[in-house]
Amino acid sequence: MTEHPLFQLTLARMREFYREPEAIFWVFGFPIVLAFALGLAFRNAGPGELKVGVAAGSGDSALAATLDASPRLGAVVLDSAAARLRLRTGRIALLVVPGDPVVYRYDSTRTESRLARLEVDDALQRASGRPDVVSVRDERVAAPGSRYIDFLIPGLLGMNLLGSGIWGVGFSVVQARQKKLLKRFMATPMRRSHYLLGFILSRLVFLFLEVVALVGFGRVMFGVGVRGSMLTLAGIAILGALSFAGLGLLVASRARTIEGVSGLMNLVMLPMWILSGTFFSYARFPDAMIPFVKALPLTALNDALRAVMIDGTALTGLGAPLAIVTAWGVVSFAVALKIFRWR
Amino acid sequence: MGAPWRDGAEGRALRERLGIQLQETQLADKLTVVETLSLFRSFYRRSHTVDEVLALVELEEKRGARVSSLSGGQKQRLAVACALVSKPELLFLDEPTTGLDPQSRRQLWEIIRRFKHAGGTVLLTTHYMEEAERLCDRVAIMDHGKVIALGTPRDLIASLGADQIVEFALSDGTTPAGLEALPGVKRVRPGPDRIALTVAEVHRAVPALLGLVERRGVELSLLTTHHATLEDVFVALTGRQLRDD
Repeated sequence: MTEHPLFQLTLARMREFYREPEAIFWVFGFPIVLAFALGLAFRNAGPGELKVGVAAGSGDSALAATLDASPRLGAVVLDSAAARLRLRTGRIALLVVPGDPVVYRYDSTRTESRLARLEVDDALQRASGRPDVVSVRDERVAAPGSRYIDFLIPGLLGMNLLGSGIWGVGFSVVQARQKKLLKRFMATPMRRSHYLLGFILSRLVFLFLEVVALVGFGRVMFGVGVRGSMLTLAGIAILGALSFAGLGLLVASRARTIEGVSGLMNLVMLPMWILSGTFFSYARFPDAMIPFVKALPLTALNDALRAVMIDGTALTGLGAPLAIVTAWGVVSFAVALKIFRWR
Repeated sequence: MGAPWRDGAEGRALRERLGIQLQETQLADKLTVVETLSLFRSFYRRSHTVDEVLALVELEEKRGARVSSLSGGQKQRLAVACALVSKPELLFLDEPTTGLDPQSRRQLWEIIRRFKHAGGTVLLTTHYMEEAERLCDRVAIMDHGKVIALGTPRDLIASLGADQIVEFALSDGTTPAGLEALPGVKRVRPGPDRIALTVAEVHRAVPALLGLVERRGVELSLLTTHHATLEDVFVALTGRQLRDD
């Protein structure tokens, strides 16, 4: 068994990978650093105290005191130059200019500013005696599953599968071509399919470590759980890794130089990082774009991963996205095999 | 072996019988010697063990070393080992000693000779005429992609019609007239810094040359003689030295 060419090719691929410290960082370290940084930046402490400014003028300090009394606002009195600067740089969300009427100066496209507008208005109107007409009660939800980090971890997992599939396969294929190692292999009785399958099999081994590292990190650090079955998650990850390894082979099928293939890789990966709902929901894109975005393999994979991790969907409920992922993999592999430059 | 040279079963059957070393191939840096050989070995149905082939190329003490840490000569021996691992009938070597120091070159010659003596056929390309003369039974000289001479090294040298080369230069850098007429001289080849005479009878040609030089009243700045080699054949046939190519 250990003398089988497929085994030896897979082993050689794995050795070349784990002896490359940079590759280890980009595959295992980078997604974890990213998850950690974004997890901290968007932790569920809420927006906290909103900073607002009060323009210097008659009654400014009384106004600032009124606003400061609200637990959700922090107000400072500023002269007009300082106020303009702070407003522009986002250090205050809104500027209140005392007078009659009171003027709210803010950028209505900023979520934070609009929130500040509501809070400031609420505090001012209440302080001036406005009664609450309808009685209400707050119920706060902070259950795991609805936080940003719960959204982020499956996205990072998908992005990581894409990245390691394309980088892991693409660079080593082109390097072997550039060093004429491919040509040398072609002078042996090695089967071409064994060579390509070796890449895909070695990906599966590392895939396991990648998934454990990222999901484990999310669990320990942020309590991100997997609501669905672990087996389903593993199955989706395997399918994704195979599909992206096929895509990696396609990207690397013709390129003769590392520079050439790097450009192609970025061309393939960058749009998907942005469009496929890795860091934010793709629902934010215009409706006309959504069908196109949904047809991308990373979008489909992210959707499937989120469905399992967040909603606990069973495998049977994931037919559509998994079919898209599979189709990309099969077509890429078939085309790659057809157009592959073997020397 | 007139079988088709393509992928598929016949192509593979053919490649089972070949060992190839390509000049431009760089083996994977991150693998060790043993790992590289195990990989190549796995492609063949019939092969040497890794230890056998390591002994053939005398790389035993480097077995665990990464390819990136090998010297040029060791890398080249590993490349030859990858070609030998399949117990080939025919071994293709593409300029196997280019860029190697004399010690490593001799080591490789020894490996090639042993393979030959064990009954293997070697197809070797080289720019070193000395290498061809020492290793090859038959030599084809190629110029611009065409075979311009083919034969044993001895036959090719004999085709010069003389077995000695006399090279000389005059202190004033001129070429004296009447060299062709000297006894035993078959051919005169002026070069950039010396003049080469292809000579049948060196014991007659050299005194006559000295006499000619003395009559002209100039001094020799160089005089050497050597047995004709393949290099002389190559130069005589292609005129490469003159063409500056």
